[in-house]
Amino acid sequence: MSTASVSLPNWITYGLMPLLNLTLAFVISGLVVWLIGENPFEAVKLLLIGALGRGEGIGFTLFYATNFIFTGLSVAVAIHAGLFNIGSEGQAYLGGLGAALVALALDNYLPWYATMPFAILGAAAAGAAWAFIPAWLQAKRGSHIVITTIMFNFIGAALMVYLLVNVLIVPGKMAPETRTFLEGGQLPKLDWLMELFGLKLGAAPFNFSFIIALVMCVVVWFLIWRTKFGYEMRTLGISPSAASYAGIPYARTVIITMLISGGLAGMMALNPVMGASARLQVEFVGGAGFVGIAVSLMGRNHPLGIVLAALLFGILYQGGGELSFDMPNITRDMIVVIQGLVILFAGALEFMFRPALVRIYQNFVKA
Amino acid sequence: MTDQPAIELVGIDKKFGAVHANKNINLTVAKGSIHGIIGENGAGKSTLMSILYGFYQADSGEIRINGKPVNIKDSQTAINAGIGMVHQHFMLVENFTVLENIMLGAEGGALLAKGVASARAELKRLETDYGLDVDPDAVIEELAVGLQQRVEILKAMYRGAEILILDEPTGVLTPSEADHLFKILGVLRDQGKTVILITHKLREIMAITDTVSVMRRGEMVATRKTKETSVEELAELMVGRRVLLRVEKGEASPGDVVLSVRNLTVKDNRGVTMVDNVSFDVRAGEIVGIAGVAGNGQSELLEALSGIRQPSSGEILIDGQPIGRASPARLRELGLAHIPEDRHHMGLVLKFEEYENAVLGYHRDPKYGRGFMLDLDAMQADATEKIEKYDIRPPNPRLKTANFSGGNQQKIVVAREIERDPRILLIGQPTRGVDIGAIEFIHRRIIDMRDQGKALLLVSVELDEIRALSDRILVMFAGHIVGEKTAEAGEQTLGLMMAGIAA
Ligand SMILES: Nc1ncnc2c1ncn2[C@@H]1O[C@H](COP(=O)(O)OP(=O)(O)OP(=O)(O)O)[C@@H](O)[C@H]1O
Ligand SMILES: [Mg+2]
Repeated sequence: MSTASVSLPNWITYGLMPLLNLTLAFVISGLVVWLIGENPFEAVKLLLIGALGRGEGIGFTLFYATNFIFTGLSVAVAIHAGLFNIGSEGQAYLGGLGAALVALALDNYLPWYATMPFAILGAAAAGAAWAFIPAWLQAKRGSHIVITTIMFNFIGAALMVYLLVNVLIVPGKMAPETRTFLEGGQLPKLDWLMELFGLKLGAAPFNFSFIIALVMCVVVWFLIWRTKFGYEMRTLGISPSAASYAGIPYARTVIITMLISGGLAGMMALNPVMGASARLQVEFVGGAGFVGIAVSLMGRNHPLGIVLAALLFGILYQGGGELSFDMPNITRDMIVVIQGLVILFAGALEFMFRPALVRIYQNFVKA
Repeated sequence: MTDQPAIELVGIDKKFGAVHANKNINLTVAKGSIHGIIGENGAGKSTLMSILYGFYQADSGEIRINGKPVNIKDSQTAINAGIGMVHQHFMLVENFTVLENIMLGAEGGALLAKGVASARAELKRLETDYGLDVDPDAVIEELAVGLQQRVEILKAMYRGAEILILDEPTGVLTPSEADHLFKILGVLRDQGKTVILITHKLREIMAITDTVSVMRRGEMVATRKTKETSVEELAELMVGRRVLLRVEKGEASPGDVVLSVRNLTVKDNRGVTMVDNVSFDVRAGEIVGIAGVAGNGQSELLEALSGIRQPSSGEILIDGQPIGRASPARLRELGLAHIPEDRHHMGLVLKFEEYENAVLGYHRDPKYGRGFMLDLDAMQADATEKIEKYDIRPPNPRLKTANFSGGNQQKIVVAREIERDPRILLIGQPTRGVDIGAIEFIHRRIIDMRDQGKALLLVSVELDEIRALSDRILVMFAGHIVGEKTAEAGEQTLGLMMAGIAA
């Protein structure tokens, strides 16, 4: 309390503090691993080798990270305007529909790089559309966006299953999925990028979506800190009363922000749908929308932080998978526990070390 | 033991980056006295008190309480050392009762019931001893500001405070609430408690303190016995030059009606009618003052006129044209600017850097970036200009607004709205928390605007300010305008009208 108003240099706030939190999360995870009778050091080693040991592992790690960058950006944009968008999961799911429809329509006629802009627009438009109704309800009726976006996750999931089972399914097939896109509807793998570093991509689905994600990081940074609309978003997010004084229209700002947020979530679908499986399948989002909340929190709602946090969660996802394969005692659920600990310490308890750091820093500066 | 001073600060030094907020401060406060601290905005008064109360740590120096050196490393140590603080922005839980707020953090044991009973008894004693009467079962949000402040004082006393610090306590009080506060402080002193009072109002210093210390630019420049000094000397010590304590202004030459209000009725968020069928005009080249005790509808009137709150009936006209449901943005385009009453709530986004606040409300102006983009260089250049013109300290447009002192924050808002050169200016409490030198400057600017033919509407709870600036005074009571007077009207007359007794 008494230290809350002291400002610390950026390298402590954005470097040291997250690092300490992360270390603590790993120490506690290590204890848990030790309690179930495995060697924690061995486990860390397996996890890191699984995620970063070979080109293929890195490829998977970056593939997951790409998902998390998109959903992290989606959550962050909304948070800057004071909106907690829990619906990135559903918006990404619907984004898949937008991307798939474009790919199915064009893959026969166009090369991938010509399909891509339309697919980006399609995915973003579908995600944005799915965010629109909760946004409208919040803006005009005051229905809380947290509740409505959660509801829309369920509705979206049901809708997608219905469409895949009844409409988009390939006639005569059992699996609820679309046909495989032709090459014109696929995003190319980034094996050339890996080869620059002398790595082999192998079977990993690391693809062009990663580049789109990085471009979106720059776009989001620009939007928030360099545009008039971003200024209005931030004003509304920090002080709704100052926003109303300044004549910033509440409803318009909320709706546009949520459309952008939903659009970013929708674009996540490009990665698994057009970059990996080359078809639309059920449940392809797989929780990435929710991980986006943690990624945004941990990345302090800043695109650079989001990239770093997304990489961390990519490592946990990929390395965790490998680990549960090598140490059967450590199940998939254990990995979820470890991810939960990281979220707890790096997200929810992000300021736990702050008072102590302030003291140390002040003594250090005095001396 | 008894002749030990209650507080001794020896060589206190504090820097915030490049800002040297406290330079080698020495201060002695006698036990059982009321000690005033005055100084310009940003002089370092709040910082010094925050160090005494453990919010900040001094870079060097020593604090002695009753002659004993104490290392005050947080507020808890300060409380244990018998120091209590009443913050300008109250730290009360709005939907708790008075009793619950007072016990908060000092519940005493795991079982609440026993603590409640003894707290109630202790509260009773404090009430009778110090004249601090409030209903222990009243909910905070339903209490008037003056009473909330009393709860803050009770909270400190309940924790055994021997030394009470009040940082600009009267800024939010009505004159009668302020009088009552001073009575309480007098009783506290008579009971042997020590009080430190920070204020910009020299009249209060003269009325209540025993000793007064003056700070300027981080230094403690003088300490005087109140009996042996004068308002003029203090003003000069503070600012370093002679200050005009009363603005001079010529006759107004009012022109056409620019702003008219017809049968305006405005409700607050709870649906209570706060402005009731009010009509008046403001002409070009005149200042119309609205006098009234806080909470009689002035805030809602300003909000309706600036487009923040939709009136429930009646009309507002600019140049004879009804504005309908014009938004604040549209009204700005029509040449209406607004210095809001509450800078923290409306006028500023405290987490923004200074230059971002310097364009709040005008950020869509092409001057600050073409199309949808913001031109940060243009914004910062613009902010730097205003900082120079209004002597905002420290002169750094990149500093977070929360890190400016209260008075300098106010100057950021005033500079933004006046420099827009509007045709109509709505002014709410323009000098709240502002030092006398800056008050002189702001009043000068307001009168200049009048002389340039602008229409100005001034709302202030400071009767002196209303009388000094206004060409016509409307008195507001319980949502009605109960009468109109000229600036020559006596304080007595206006006071009675404000209380709803005379018309
Ligand atoms: N946390 C902070 N970080 C950086 N600068 C600060 C911080 N707190 C205060 N300052 C600076 O220290 C100086 C002294 O501020 P302080 O609030 O003590 O002034 P003050 O005398 O209380 O003024 P006022 O009468 O306007 O309230 C100012 O220049 C202010 O900008
Ligand atoms: Mg202050």
